[in-house]
Amino acid sequence: MVVSDYRLKGATGEWEVVVGLEVHAQITATASKLFSGAATAFGAEPNTQVSLVDAAMPGMLPVPNRECIRQAVRTGMALEAKINPWSRFDRKNYFYADLPQGYQISQLYHPLVGEGEIEVLVDEQDEGSAKRIGIERIHVEQDAGKLMHDQHATMSYVDLNRAGVALMEIVSRPDMRSPAEAGAYLRKLRAILRYVGSCDGNMEEGSMRADVNVSVRKPGAEFGTRTETKNVNSVRFVMAVIEHEARRQIDVIEEGGEVAQETRLYDPDKGVTRTLRSKEDAHDYRYFPDPDLLPVELDEAFLEECRASLPELPDAKRKRYQALGVTPYNAGVLTADVDIALWFDALLDSGAEPQAAANWTASEFFGALNRLDLTIEQSPVSPDQAGELLKLVQDGTLSTTLAKQVFEIMLETRKGANAIVEERGLKQTSDTGEIDAKVDEVIAANADKVAEYKSGKQQLFGFFVGQVMKAMAGKANPKIVNERLRAKLES
Amino acid sequence: MSELTSKTIAELRDGIRRREFSAREVAEAYNSAVAAARRLNAYTLETPDDALAAAEAADSGKSTGPLAGIPLGIKDLFATKGVDTTAGSRILRDFKPPYESTVTANLRKAGAGMLGKLNMDEFAMGSSNETSAYGPVISPWRRKDGSNAALTPGGSSGGSAAAVAAGIAPGVTGTDTGGSIRQPAAFTGICGIKPTYGRCSRWGIVSFASSLDQAGPMAKTVRDCAIMLGAMTGFDPKDSTSLNQPVPDWEDGLSSDLKGKRVGIPREYRIDGVPDEINALWDLGLEWLKDAGAVPVEISLPHTKYALPTYYIIAPAEASSNLARYDGVRYGLRETPLNGSLDGMYCATRAAGFGAEVKRRIMIGTYVLSAGFYDAYFTKAQKVRALIKQDFAQAFNQCDVILTPTAPSAAFGIGEKMSDPLAMYLNDVFAVPASLAGLPAMSVPGGLDGQGLPLGLHLIGPELDEQGVFNAALAIEERAGFTARAEKWW
Repeated sequence: MVVSDYRLKGATGEWEVVVGLEVHAQITATASKLFSGAATAFGAEPNTQVSLVDAAMPGMLPVPNRECIRQAVRTGMALEAKINPWSRFDRKNYFYADLPQGYQISQLYHPLVGEGEIEVLVDEQDEGSAKRIGIERIHVEQDAGKLMHDQHATMSYVDLNRAGVALMEIVSRPDMRSPAEAGAYLRKLRAILRYVGSCDGNMEEGSMRADVNVSVRKPGAEFGTRTETKNVNSVRFVMAVIEHEARRQIDVIEEGGEVAQETRLYDPDKGVTRTLRSKEDAHDYRYFPDPDLLPVELDEAFLEECRASLPELPDAKRKRYQALGVTPYNAGVLTADVDIALWFDALLDSGAEPQAAANWTASEFFGALNRLDLTIEQSPVSPDQAGELLKLVQDGTLSTTLAKQVFEIMLETRKGANAIVEERGLKQTSDTGEIDAKVDEVIAANADKVAEYKSGKQQLFGFFVGQVMKAMAGKANPKIVNERLRAKLES
Repeated sequence: MSELTSKTIAELRDGIRRREFSAREVAEAYNSAVAAARRLNAYTLETPDDALAAAEAADSGKSTGPLAGIPLGIKDLFATKGVDTTAGSRILRDFKPPYESTVTANLRKAGAGMLGKLNMDEFAMGSSNETSAYGPVISPWRRKDGSNAALTPGGSSGGSAAAVAAGIAPGVTGTDTGGSIRQPAAFTGICGIKPTYGRCSRWGIVSFASSLDQAGPMAKTVRDCAIMLGAMTGFDPKDSTSLNQPVPDWEDGLSSDLKGKRVGIPREYRIDGVPDEINALWDLGLEWLKDAGAVPVEISLPHTKYALPTYYIIAPAEASSNLARYDGVRYGLRETPLNGSLDGMYCATRAAGFGAEVKRRIMIGTYVLSAGFYDAYFTKAQKVRALIKQDFAQAFNQCDVILTPTAPSAAFGIGEKMSDPLAMYLNDVFAVPASLAGLPAMSVPGGLDGQGLPLGLHLIGPELDEQGVFNAALAIEERAGFTARAEKWW
């Protein structure tokens, strides 16, 4: 394991930061809520996705959505976590206007998923920076609704569309020691969730958000008192919260104060956190087993199906790509997101040579998408089309320069590489007769340069190549041009 | 009492089928009886048109179900679509649910109509109907002493019990969390059964204590209860605790021949302070069962004495959470103090909306679940509950049905026990253990006490053996010859 050397300097010396994350990931794989059949689409009109159960009408009862349980189990398996075949839902009691039942159905005492682990690369470029972050548990729970304070002068409105939406709360161990480690953990977790398909990982739409637990200590000392900053909704903000909180706590301690165990909120505009609730105001949630629900019991057949349904995960895929000769860096880039990895898998399936395909994807293809501001799903070029292009390079039909031209035309016209080569006559020529003729022409037209070359100015060779290629309108096979030129010049 | 309103459900059903009288005549007779009995305060809302519509459907042959054309009273705890459903509480005054409870929907499917909504203790919390926001139900029964003191019909299904006893409903729905069907049935000289937990769907029934709440029928006879229960029960995917079990034809299975059956008499149910009359009736009940062919067995339910305290931890704990939804935000009463905050609205709404007993139980429940007390109270209570279940499981290795008194006294006067909650809670001392164990249990009239008030006998069966309970109750019913009816004074 890598020991982090991230340190913050204070007046009294160096400090270490200790971070744990509670990630709330919405189970977006299902179109309905955890205990009701109501829909969960993002951005719907307020209160249009609310069932009688979600609104906690008298006498309404929750019925667990089995698919939500299944997705949480698959997620746990992907995190190499212990799946508890017997778990139970508990009620977390508190009053708030966005919580219709007056309690959240969650899992305190017997969570669905126990301990697991994620391996992250703190530095994407450095395989030596691998670190394992412990997962304490994953439990399944309901989301709350939303209050709207800007609709009326004196009243707040309530939107219950999110009330009852299924969340997985993924609780890490306090194993992270720097903002970078927390960032790497979140990115990796998000990648795994997206591979599994249980959560789309969309932090802007709130389908993934984190509560950030931060404390500081002198290196090697006991854990300090932690604060919890709630509902942070981007990787960048999580890293900013850690940096700010650590700095704030160090200042408090070094000024002779004590860090208060409290709940805080992040203000992204000002880049600071502020107190939401102190420990004294902490709720007594009066957790107890929900008597409306039976325990969740999972049989071996169910677990086996969950296991069998898991896709190849990022780490395994990365290793497989590397075994095919892809560089570690490219393997990392190509497996960072499931959409990219699936695209690349399809490209390999089309018969492309892995190393060349990886290089081309990571540079040419991503460069083009960036330039055109497109996501991979919006790519005008399909993996099969890209495979066709790469095959033309591989068999010598296209030079890399020609391939670039053809790719540009593909992006514009969405036509296949073969068709473009045929139409525009962009095929590279290896016809030695034709090349020899142009070589002779170039030598004849540049007698002075030939003399200089022969007297030792070797760097002029590139000039002759350029002239020949120009005369051939770029379509000559550069390898043959090189061979013929060298032969003629040195004869 | 007109001739029709003194008939049993079975008699009405058969009469309507044979066209001896029309369902419409039945509905009309009951509608007038209901309207003429308002002094009892049994109904919180009368729905005569609903009863008539079901009667029309039966008379025209459109409905042919087992309860075609039978008008029933519905406890106000059951959500009835578009019809006030208040749980006897001010906090739900005027609440009209846009849905129908599974149990009442099942009864409607069977052809039943609705005479109205029945008064009850607020959120089913009470044993005398005195906690209702609508005021207490007055029992149709009076003591022989000439005092004309107003008596309670028991609770929480007090309106339900009074309605059957007064002949203003041939049958009614009740709910039983810790005796709320059986104790009022005993107080008013009628039959009532709480089936095995999970037999009746709880969907659409306002929750009191989810792990204990069970709906059941109350009617004049054992047969009527069997008919009604058959129509009420069945698996409901909308209730996770609903039992996926076939519903037997209990009426068809009725038999008072108890040859080979063993009747358990739990020695722990001999409790100090219970009147001799009640213990004497208990002995008599055993004689009747022996006469029907059963063999008596003395059994032990060693954790009985912990049942009541256990119940008064678990039920309030669940209730404190179940009643959190009445917050003034979405439906029901809302009180907004001037310049008040959200917390201010909660406090004002709940202070004005809940009565004293409901508040007491919310406080008890909140206390037993709070940090530092949870293990000492709630966890301990769950463990004792498991032991009580185990007591019954062991007892049913030795016997087939258990006989006890239903309640430790006959009906008491309104106001007599309201100042002493502990004395009130003792009403359910015999009823609560079966609730905690989720077992089917029934009260059947056994006789009258010295004041001419009804006393009930209580039968508890193993899980899912409602038939055994019905059959033992039938044997008692046949031998007790209980024909006494409250003399009409209202």
